Amino acid sequence: MRANVIVFPGSNCDRDAAVALQSAMSAAGNMMSAPKMVWHGDSELPESDLILVPGGFSYGDYLRSGAMAAHSPVMREVVRQAKGGTPVLGICNGFQVLTEAGLLPGVLMRNASLRFVCKDVYLRVERDDTAFAGHYKKDQVVRIPIAHKDGCYFADPSTMYLLENEDRIAFRYCEEDGTITDAANPNGSSANIAGIYNETGTVLGMMPHPERLIDPALSGTDGAKMFSSLVEKLH
Amino acid sequence: MKARITITLKPGVLDPQGKAIEGALHALGFGGVEGVRQGKFIEVEVAENDPTRAREEIERMCKQLLANTIIENYAYELEAA
Repeated sequence: MRANVIVFPGSNCDRDAAVALQSAMSAAGNMMSAPKMVWHGDSELPESDLILVPGGFSYGDYLRSGAMAAHSPVMREVVRQAKGGTPVLGICNGFQVLTEAGLLPGVLMRNASLRFVCKDVYLRVERDDTAFAGHYKKDQVVRIPIAHKDGCYFADPSTMYLLENEDRIAFRYCEEDGTITDAANPNGSSANIAGIYNETGTVLGMMPHPERLIDPALSGTDGAKMFSSLVEKLH
Repeated sequence: MKARITITLKPGVLDPQGKAIEGALHALGFGGVEGVRQGKFIEVEVAENDPTRAREEIERMCKQLLANTIIENYAYELEAA
């Protein structure tokens, strides 16, 4: 698998994402080349089977989270490859970058609480028919950490209608038993949205950090299945 | 020319920061305060001296980067630098 991890000034989950993917490759006995780290200023991006846009605080969140990064040279290539069908996973700040770059609709606004929220949350898996979620089951509840201040998903009513009707919601914040409640919504997101897909299900943006929960030593492995699924489906 | 650009949240878009400011103003005794909304103010100097072309340039800046038009409106005034 040719995986490229985009690194912006201020990215801080780039290495974690690469390690998560690499360990999924090793576990699958897949000794393909390690994920490549690609600097934001590069105007060339090697052809990819998977592009990871990691979490962090690209450009210090200046202007709006993800706004500056969305216009960095490498993003033109990311957009081009994404439009050609290359799978792209944007995590946290990566999700913000993908919305600002126009690859995903809507916007991530300041959390309704105005607080930075860093904790494990429960997510209900809304789809299991994509390369990202193939190792989960629809309606399964998984535990994944969040760590953000700008994670309140907002879109206009017509976009929300499309997301619901085209089955493009990937994960929703929920209670441990899978019920969708306001109390389980950590940031005020519309319809408890934690992650969404593009029209073709090949671009996923999500606020939670699956790469942070891939090792039993870190109290859980629910995040690992996203990477094992990608390795299986995209190799 | 110099542009003074004001970026505001569209009506109806949740503004928790504006709400928090409103609450703080109430706590300071400004009881009649309501409808507080927070926005951004950006000054830009452009080399272009023709107002029509400068406006076009500022419009493109606002749409491409300075404002996220899903949630924000922008307005600006131009003056000779």
